[in-house]
Amino acid sequence: MKVGIIRFPGSNCDRDVFHALHLAGAHPDYVWWNQRDLSQFEAIVIPGGFSYGDYLRAGAIAAITPVIDGIKDIVKEEKPVLGICNGAQILAEVGLVPGVFTLNEKAQFICEWADLKVRTNRTPFTHLYQKNEVIKMPIAHAEGRYYTEYIDELRDQDQIVLGFAGDNPNGSLDAITGVCDLEGRVCAVMPHPERASESILGSDDGLKFFKGILDF
Amino acid sequence: MKYQVQVEISLKKGMLNPEASTIQRALALLDYEVEDTATVEIVKFTLEAANPDVAREEVVQMCERLLCNPVIHDYQIQMEAAGD
Repeated sequence: MKVGIIRFPGSNCDRDVFHALHLAGAHPDYVWWNQRDLSQFEAIVIPGGFSYGDYLRAGAIAAITPVIDGIKDIVKEEKPVLGICNGAQILAEVGLVPGVFTLNEKAQFICEWADLKVRTNRTPFTHLYQKNEVIKMPIAHAEGRYYTEYIDELRDQDQIVLGFAGDNPNGSLDAITGVCDLEGRVCAVMPHPERASESILGSDDGLKFFKGILDF
Repeated sequence: MKYQVQVEISLKKGMLNPEASTIQRALALLDYEVEDTATVEIVKFTLEAANPDVAREEVVQMCERLLCNPVIHDYQIQMEAAGD
C-alpha cells in the first residue's frame, strides 16, 4: 500500500514516520507541500515538526498550501489521513477535524512519555486497539492544549480518539489529545506513534497506528 | 488609494491565555501586582484598494482565511489612508 508522507519546510518527523510505515509493511513515499495531486496514494500521513517555523500559529501557514487541496480530495475518496503533532495542528487549522490545539496551559514545551487511553477504535489508525486500552507514546509540543466549543457533539459523535490516561500535562479540555472527523477517517493526534514503533525506542505501542492503515 | 492597516488579534473572552498569566506572574516577581493581563498580536501592512469599503472587506477575508483562527480569536481592524 502506497502511503504519502507530506513534507513542509520545517517538518522534522518525516523520516521517523517513513521508518514506522516501513516497519508496518506499507510503502511510504515523500510528497512536498506544493504537490496538488495525491491520487497515487491510498493513505496520507502529515508528520510532526515546525512547519513554516510555527509563524502566526502552529499549522496556520501549512494549512493554505496546495497539498492541502490534494488531501481534501483524498478525504473525498474516503482514504485515511493521519496528522501527528504539527500534522494534527495543521488538520485542525484546515478544519478537517474539529477544534484547535493551542498553547499549553503552562506555556511550556512539554517533551515526555504519556499514558494514553484509546477512546475510540472505529478509526483506521486505532481499530487494532481495544476501546479504552491504555498505551504509552511520547508527546513533544508547546501548542497541544485541545479546545473546542462543541465537546458534547464530539462525545455524541464518537470523535474523541485519544485522551491522557493519567495526568493532563497540557490542560486539554476533557484531557483530549486526539480527535477525528465525523467518519473517523481523518485523525489528528498530538502524541507520536512513530516514536513508539519499536521496543528499542521504549515502546512499540504506536506501531498499530500504521499497521491499522493496511488492513482497515 | 493606499491604506495603512493594523489588525489586532486577541483571544476570545474567557479563553485561557497562558502567555499573559506567565507575564503577570513575572511582574509579580518584581513586586508589580497587576490583574487582567492580556496579550494581543498585531499585524501591520499597507494595502492598495479602490475605496475604504473594498479595503476593509479584503482585510476581513484575510482575517478569516489566515490571520485568525475563528475557534479562539477575535480581531479588530484599524485602517487609515496612507500619506504620500
